[in-house]
Amino acid sequence: MGRYFAIRIGRAALTIVLVVTFAFIVLRLSGDPALMILGPEAPPEVLAAFRKAWGLDDPIWAQYFDYFGAIAKGELGRSMRDGRPAIELVLERIPATLALTLPAFAFKVALGIPAGIYAALHRGSAIDRAVMMTAVAGFTVPSFVLALLLVLVFAVQLGWLPSGGQDSWRHAILPIATLSLGGAAVLARFTRSAMLEVLGQPYIRTASAKGVPWRKVVTSHALPNAAIPTVTILGFMVGTLIAGAVVVESVFAWPGVGRLLVVAVANRDLAVVQCILLLVAMTMVTSNLIVDFLYGFLDPRLRAKGAHA
Amino acid sequence: MTDATLKDTSIRRRISLPAIPVSVALAISWIVGMLLIAAFAEKIAPYGFTQLDLRNRLAAPGNAAHWLGTDELGRDILSRLLVSIRISLLIAFGATAISAIVGTTLGFLAAHFRGAVEQLVLMLTDFQASMPFLIMALAVLAFFGNSLPLLIGLMGLFGWERYARIARGLAISANAQGYAAAIRQLGATPSRIYLRHILPNIASTLIVSTTLVFPEVILMESGLSFLGLGVQPPMTSLGNMVGYGREYLTRAPWIMLAPAATIVVTTLAVSVIGDWLRDRLDPTLQ
Amino acid sequence: MSPPLVEVSAISRSYAMRSGMFGRSAAVHAVDGVSLAIAKGETLGLVGESGSGKSTTGRIVLGLESPDRGEVRFQGKPMAAAETAAWRAQRARMQMIFQDPLGALDRRLPVATQIREPLDIHGLGTSAEREERVRELLRAVELTPAHGGRYPGALSGGQRQRIVLARALATEPDFLVCDEPVSALDVSIQAQVVNLLADLQARLSLTLLFISHDLRVVRQISNVVAVMYLGRIVEIGSADDLFARPAHPYTQALVSASPASGRRSAGRIVLSGDPPNPAARPNGCAFHPRCPRAIARCASEVPTLAAVGGNRQVACHLVTGAATRDAA
Repeated sequence: MGRYFAIRIGRAALTIVLVVTFAFIVLRLSGDPALMILGPEAPPEVLAAFRKAWGLDDPIWAQYFDYFGAIAKGELGRSMRDGRPAIELVLERIPATLALTLPAFAFKVALGIPAGIYAALHRGSAIDRAVMMTAVAGFTVPSFVLALLLVLVFAVQLGWLPSGGQDSWRHAILPIATLSLGGAAVLARFTRSAMLEVLGQPYIRTASAKGVPWRKVVTSHALPNAAIPTVTILGFMVGTLIAGAVVVESVFAWPGVGRLLVVAVANRDLAVVQCILLLVAMTMVTSNLIVDFLYGFLDPRLRAKGAHA
Repeated sequence: MTDATLKDTSIRRRISLPAIPVSVALAISWIVGMLLIAAFAEKIAPYGFTQLDLRNRLAAPGNAAHWLGTDELGRDILSRLLVSIRISLLIAFGATAISAIVGTTLGFLAAHFRGAVEQLVLMLTDFQASMPFLIMALAVLAFFGNSLPLLIGLMGLFGWERYARIARGLAISANAQGYAAAIRQLGATPSRIYLRHILPNIASTLIVSTTLVFPEVILMESGLSFLGLGVQPPMTSLGNMVGYGREYLTRAPWIMLAPAATIVVTTLAVSVIGDWLRDRLDPTLQ
Repeated sequence: MSPPLVEVSAISRSYAMRSGMFGRSAAVHAVDGVSLAIAKGETLGLVGESGSGKSTTGRIVLGLESPDRGEVRFQGKPMAAAETAAWRAQRARMQMIFQDPLGALDRRLPVATQIREPLDIHGLGTSAEREERVRELLRAVELTPAHGGRYPGALSGGQRQRIVLARALATEPDFLVCDEPVSALDVSIQAQVVNLLADLQARLSLTLLFISHDLRVVRQISNVVAVMYLGRIVEIGSADDLFARPAHPYTQALVSASPASGRRSAGRIVLSGDPPNPAARPNGCAFHPRCPRAIARCASEVPTLAAVGGNRQVACHLVTGAATRDAA
């Protein structure tokens, strides 16, 4: 088991290293980092000092390691727009993003998983077909279209809800609905196929043939086994909470990290973009690690294998 | 399940097997229609896509001069839609082709050289699969600015890891099985083994993957363009039109509805075809 | 006597094998110090159970794998390094016949295209000449040109193996390695394919390395037979002599287990003990745990292959000990 986790942690660290490398390569390819980070209006002596301080005259490998060192110390540069440290700008937007994505995540789970289980247990029923159709829609309707349709119906036509802004809890309803509907559909479809896969296994048929009540077969055999793949996709969804918020925050003018990213990209505010890139990578890696740990406990085969190592 | 229903489904399956299902036929005709539009967009468009008609601004659909209405500058929505379809499909096809070629090549290299090359490719596929592509794409756009070739190239980096994994796995098993080994000992060069024997043998699985990647590329590009970070005006794309129409959601929802519907139906059509192909060509793929 | 076409001197090959997912890796000696010589036009039969290293030997002899130690010489010259242009060109001179003909063929191409492929690869003849050569090869393996248009899936097992044979013969090679060429076929078909192979060998003066676990088939086609056990040759000699008077206890057991015409199977020797496992090779003579006549020396000292009269060589303390006594 220890080895299993060591490998997972090693892979997580590797992903972070690759993201930093990616940022480094892209940054170097796109032009003079001194100009990029300080802005074209910076006086030449400041640029020269910056180049010296950041070792931009050093060989590329030395720069690469220095870059790692700076990031490890949290030196992520300053925003080109207002000169504040990029990390500050990003961190102060996180609560707003979480205010949308956490409830949306809860709704996704609360809607998607029961719907998927029900659909699998009543395969071919009207509800199953409805779940499947919704799931297909969830994949083919992009979130910006769904967002605009919701605005069109609930804000423009019915006038029940505001179409954008962050003034009251009512402003959060449409963004949360947009985020949860698509995700719930995907989750339902995934849970359904995980359940069907498990229900088709011989041990399930054996258990029910031995006279174990169906309810008990489902709760003590099918559900725990279907949980394993479902946890994986849940972990992935946690990792994409910020990425998923990009479109929705933009549509609803919600001042979170996603909207900050879009604005930063449009303004080519590189320090902020780089900071968000790292934040997303960290979230992704952390959630993957948590999934791997859960996996280690959920999957008895993995436990058994770990015991030998 | 009772015997009667079992028999019923098996009979139905036998009857429906040879014919193409209606949904697939519809999906194929939609895609063919889209391709024709993409090929002849400028010829069939009633107006130039940037042509203004200031007397007919924000005209509602169904009017004789502008079937799908006009936007606030009086530009014909139908003409803009046709040109947008061309641009979006161009990006989607270009990107899908790049990602298929890059991914398959890397997969083959991994399978051929094994060792360090394989570890490197696997590391990159893990990395690509674990980072949300949208964020990486946004980072690249922030650093490099925007242009159509860059956008196609960037979208071409989407989904390559899927081909790489499939190509690597299938090529390794082909090498382990007889036919590739047999061709190798005939004296064939690696390029002959991979391109003339392994590639055609695994093509059906790769084609099925294409039907998964293609709609996602359309969604990704339209999402970026919607945010104003993809295709730039005066050029137009489906996502671009939706983003533009968002400003007129209250007064002229048709500006946004026509391209939005096109995106949804196109991705749906490709998915339907993909599901059908998967059942027919590659029952091993989940 | 002319110099041998293929000369194998003391080749060894070991693989790293990991036990379990996280286990330590151990070296498995698949082939250990094998030497062989095959004269032009001759057939050497290589016999052994699975895991005896006979297939690995075949692949090394053909240059598909390189040995860790030792050397393979072909027409007096060392084998070219694998995956070089010289190595690829050399493939035209030597070919392999596989156990599973369906696996060895590309199911997606008509078989005529596949028979033609070596000609395309090595750039032999014009397009018309290649077409003609394909028809000729199909006739040579007793099929008709009509079979050429079919796909491997539409042919029987025997027909597929004939196609593989035709493809292997396309470049007029000097040397064929046949690795269990008929063991995947129906027994009724096996004899036909072996007869065809024997006819073609005589007609084209081919040199064969014929690998099989089936003694009847080996006996039918081989001039010389070598018996392998856990990576080593334990006995080698001319086919008739070896089958008539097997000297090594293992060969004796194999011969007694294989029903042959004109011999009663009454004296059948049944081997006890575990089948050979290359990952856990016993000390001394590898065969001693299963040998009905093992003595103390067998468990400690590895017997070496030694001549015992005629062209027979045996690696067994009992036999070579007796032979030295006779000579004394």
